Amino acid sequence: MVPVSYYLILSGILFTIGTVGILVRRNALIIFMSIEVMLNAVNLTFLAAGRYLNSLDGQVIVFLVLTVAAAEVAVGLALIVAIFRSRGTTDVDEVNLLKW
Amino acid sequence: MELILFLSVGAVAILGAVGVVALRNAVHSALSLITNMVALAVLFLMLNAQFVAIVQIIVYAGAVMVLFLFVIMLLGEKAQEGRERLPGQRVFAAVLGVLLLTEIIYVAQSNLLPGLPGKATTEMVAQGGNVQLVGRLLLSDYVFPFELTSVLLLVAIVGAVVLAKRKL
Repeated sequence: MVPVSYYLILSGILFTIGTVGILVRRNALIIFMSIEVMLNAVNLTFLAAGRYLNSLDGQVIVFLVLTVAAAEVAVGLALIVAIFRSRGTTDVDEVNLLKW
Repeated sequence: MELILFLSVGAVAILGAVGVVALRNAVHSALSLITNMVALAVLFLMLNAQFVAIVQIIVYAGAVMVLFLFVIMLLGEKAQEGRERLPGQRVFAAVLGVLLLTEIIYVAQSNLLPGLPGKATTEMVAQGGNVQLVGRLLLSDYVFPFELTSVLLLVAIVGAVVLAKRKL
């Protein structure tokens, strides 16, 4: 059986890539996708821990995380579309006013 | 054998994640994210989480990514990145990323998971069925969070319609 620390390290690598993506990219859509990468990495941690502790609770929590992520994507993409309509861009550096 | 499978699928997952961050075109990033998610679904199967693996493919790689692609196509070419405003942004991001990864690997190497093992062993799950056991847990111990997600989804539907509509 693959040791649990391998899964945790893989999940850490994926989480780090997502974080760097959020810091580096300026397109709001790509930042959103990086957040999805981070959420998936956390899901992998939950499942690995649940597997090695012989517990199904991790799988239930991953199911709930998936639901929250789907809702977040729907609202977030609607926000991006609304911002694009009023500003004409999805570059987060260009969207720097509180009111316009 | 299992280790070889883990390493190859893990490499695909990492490549997919790197593609999301590195590729210029947003459509390519989205396709790369789908690769990442399918690879993760295989890893979920290796962790005896059959239900979550299938849900991952249907909900994430299916529904969520189609929504992403819809929005990318809707916004079109104008949704590109402008010039870099913050000098040295990549360097700072790389340094922070290395720091974060070091911390995570340090924690993962230390003696983690001190909890007591539960009773859902592989044999027990194989006998009862993964979907049945997760469903029973969802409607008994976790029934309150489960009901909360229905409210959450309703709020998300209303919020998305209100935000995306031009005039109410």
